[in-house]
Amino acid sequence: MNSARLSFDLVVVGAGPGGLAAASVAAERGGSVALLDNSPWLGGQIWRGEQARPAVPRARQWIERFLASGARAVMQASVFASPDRGVLLAETPAGRLTVRFKQLILATGARELFLPFPGWTLPGVVGPGGLEAMVKAGWPVAGRRVVVAGSGPLLVAVADGLRRYGARIPLIAEQAPQVRLARFATGLWRYPEKLSQAVAMKARLLGIPYRAGIWPRRAEGRERVERVVLTDGKRSWTVECDLLACGWNLVPNTELPRLLGCALAGGFVRVDEFQRSSVAGVFCVGELTAIAGGDAALVQGQIAGLSAAGAAGAARELFAERWRWHRFGAALTRAFALRPELRALAGRETVVCRCEDVSREAVERCRDAREAKLHSRCGMGPCQGRICGAATQFLFGWESDSIRPPVFPVRVESLLTASEHSKPVSNLSDPTP
Amino acid sequence: MSAAPDIVIVGAGIVGAACARECARAGLRVLVLDRGPIGGGTTAAGMGHIVVMDDSPAQFALTACSRRLWQELAPELPAAVEYDPCGTLWVAADEQEMAEVHRKAAFYRERGVRVEVLEGDDVAAAEPALRPGMAGGLRVVDDAVVYPPAAAQHLLESQENTRRIEVRPGVTVAAVNEDGGVTLADGTRVRAGLAVNAAGPWSPLLAPGLPVRKRKGHLVITDRHPGFVHHQIVELGYLKSAHAVTADSVAFNIQPRKTGQMLIGSSRQFGAEGTEINSDILDRMLRRAFEYLPGLGRLSAIRAWAGHRAATPDKLPLIGPSLVSDRIWLATGHEGLGITTSLVTGRLLADHVLGRAPAIPVEPYLPARLGKGATLHA
Ligand SMILES: Cc1cc2nc3c(=O)[nH]c(=O)nc-3n(C[C@H](O)[C@H](O)[C@H](O)COP(=O)(O)OP(=O)(O)OC[C@H]3O[C@@H](n4cnc5c(N)ncnc54)[C@H](O)[C@@H]3O)c2cc1C
Repeated sequence: MNSARLSFDLVVVGAGPGGLAAASVAAERGGSVALLDNSPWLGGQIWRGEQARPAVPRARQWIERFLASGARAVMQASVFASPDRGVLLAETPAGRLTVRFKQLILATGARELFLPFPGWTLPGVVGPGGLEAMVKAGWPVAGRRVVVAGSGPLLVAVADGLRRYGARIPLIAEQAPQVRLARFATGLWRYPEKLSQAVAMKARLLGIPYRAGIWPRRAEGRERVERVVLTDGKRSWTVECDLLACGWNLVPNTELPRLLGCALAGGFVRVDEFQRSSVAGVFCVGELTAIAGGDAALVQGQIAGLSAAGAAGAARELFAERWRWHRFGAALTRAFALRPELRALAGRETVVCRCEDVSREAVERCRDAREAKLHSRCGMGPCQGRICGAATQFLFGWESDSIRPPVFPVRVESLLTASEHSKPVSNLSDPTP
Repeated sequence: MSAAPDIVIVGAGIVGAACARECARAGLRVLVLDRGPIGGGTTAAGMGHIVVMDDSPAQFALTACSRRLWQELAPELPAAVEYDPCGTLWVAADEQEMAEVHRKAAFYRERGVRVEVLEGDDVAAAEPALRPGMAGGLRVVDDAVVYPPAAAQHLLESQENTRRIEVRPGVTVAAVNEDGGVTLADGTRVRAGLAVNAAGPWSPLLAPGLPVRKRKGHLVITDRHPGFVHHQIVELGYLKSAHAVTADSVAFNIQPRKTGQMLIGSSRQFGAEGTEINSDILDRMLRRAFEYLPGLGRLSAIRAWAGHRAATPDKLPLIGPSLVSDRIWLATGHEGLGITTSLVTGRLLADHVLGRAPAIPVEPYLPARLGKGATLHA
């Protein structure tokens, strides 16, 4: 196996807005900086595709600024372990990479939250973000009927994108009640950028029915999804579809910060005003610290990058702007809070853990995530509990179980840490396990 | 449980669970206390290989008897226990190790343990993933594999036992008392006729001076790669090494799970009290495994972790009355064989309590063998 070693003053993990900003501003101030990401492009999930075909001006600006900053991009590198202080291991297509750092900024973003409901494992039921990525990569949706359901601003953005690729959108079903969304929308005047985005979107969306306060009760179909039963809590009705794109907003990717020992509060990494986590030399930005969108991540990333580069004064100048986006994030969280009825969607036999095929009935009698893992295998599969862990947190209030390396499934040989020419194996032991 | 239980067991690991089951079957009322969930200690950290061993006659008697109890239990085990009589394949890399295969084979055959001696070609045919050129191997036909936490749960919660066993997870015990009861961390006293210390590697905390030390072990589990290997495969190469009980050591050991996952071991370390991964020892352990299974490195690893075996000076468990009080029993020190030997441990406890003739001679396992000083409270 190939194995390479690199060493930097600052390593940034995650090439979305937060990571790009952090790496750029730090590198501009000197010192060696590397930006690692598991995808082949800069921009992360939110600016996916922007590097190849720029469409969002700010994305292009930041990608260009990063490329000019002197920071080094290490793409297709999945960070999966930290065997020692100041060391990360990453798996790349070329082999294993050992990366040393003096300081570290984590900007690993968020993933979609999936909640179990009857039929959610049928082929054709997908995550909105995942579907968008597939479609951008060339998967055809032209002429297909896609019901977009769940919660969060992402639903509208995805529906809009899908339509541009020729999909038909019979309905966007947002679980949040209309009154809360209205309150959120009236607050948007404070964020003119957001307001114009929302309006432009609405305009293009003319013709896509958008309904708040409704959610899927179950998906039905024989081989794959054919229809979805929606409800507003009082009555239910059926909508025919070829695909059901259903996601319930975002949950932060806290695996790496947790592996490093960063303290969490309320499911997010706890940081101070300079974005410093509880672990010395480790900063966290973006969705890791709150679901507040790309603008918040950009400011936080700059603050972390400047702090890491020793420019506390310059970092401080951005505090006011960050405050604005934090308020926006808080409003977002209030508006799209998940309704309690969603906890009752999964029936006794509904699968909660897809990897291991574990039903709600099997996990319900456990007291916590660890017990569920031990006795029902919930969370033991290759997704390492990423999907079911977030779901059981919402369903039963369980904290996630302790984290163990590798943070991503990797080749067994990638777990080797000593040099290729390390001492031969000696001291063989008892053969017993 | 309204009246005081006959027996209070500290620890709902596989050993505490087996003790509870045997006592309940004998008609006793049992209370099991654990600070965590059922089977969440070493029982969740180990491999679950049910294996006959012959390091010493006492070890053979214990493992062989207990393996028979597992075979008897097998028909009633639910699917979640993943009982799989896949057998053990001891692989010999060269002629010297092959001599050990023949010695072991003769020893086992004399004692009625079914074995098959394999030549090099047979080993290659049985396990094509092994590197070519093995000298041979020994197949121990009736060895098996289980998923230990589910096994512990079954022992405690199977229909016939639930009436007499009460399990209280999430309860920490502060002291085991000479009158056969225990004191909980919140100060509550629980009365019982007999207290059993089945707290695994933590048992010395409830019995200061007990000669049980933590011996750390690492494991790696892969994604599902069904058919990569078919037996639990263990090397005989350890014979040639210095084999010190004090130094850190590794050995090649792989277990195919019923799920198709591969569980890779094993390592041994003293003086490593935490459960964090020691990358150096993990490294050595995996390199050893790659020497035997060249394709193993390309499988997908999902998780690595470490746990602690409860080790005694003579590599045999402590099963019997403590030297402090005959109303305190010890059921600990099972090192790397506690899944295998849990059932016989429970049987010996029940035999004692009921005054039955013991299933096997108990002397080699009695705590008293290690001398008075070793088991006295400080
Ligand atoms: C890496 C590794 C691989 C292994 N592989 C095998 C194998 O293949 N085959 C085999 O037979 N054996 C194997 N073993 C050994 C086996 O796992 C152990 O011997 C066995 O699990 C011991 O069970 P136990 O019930 O004694 O201990 P544990 O499972 O540790 O149970 C003790 C329980 O006591 C509880 N406890 C402790 N203190 C207190 C307290 N004060 N109050 C309340 N509760 C308390 C703990 O929470 C715990 O649940 C392996 C061990 C390791 C580490």
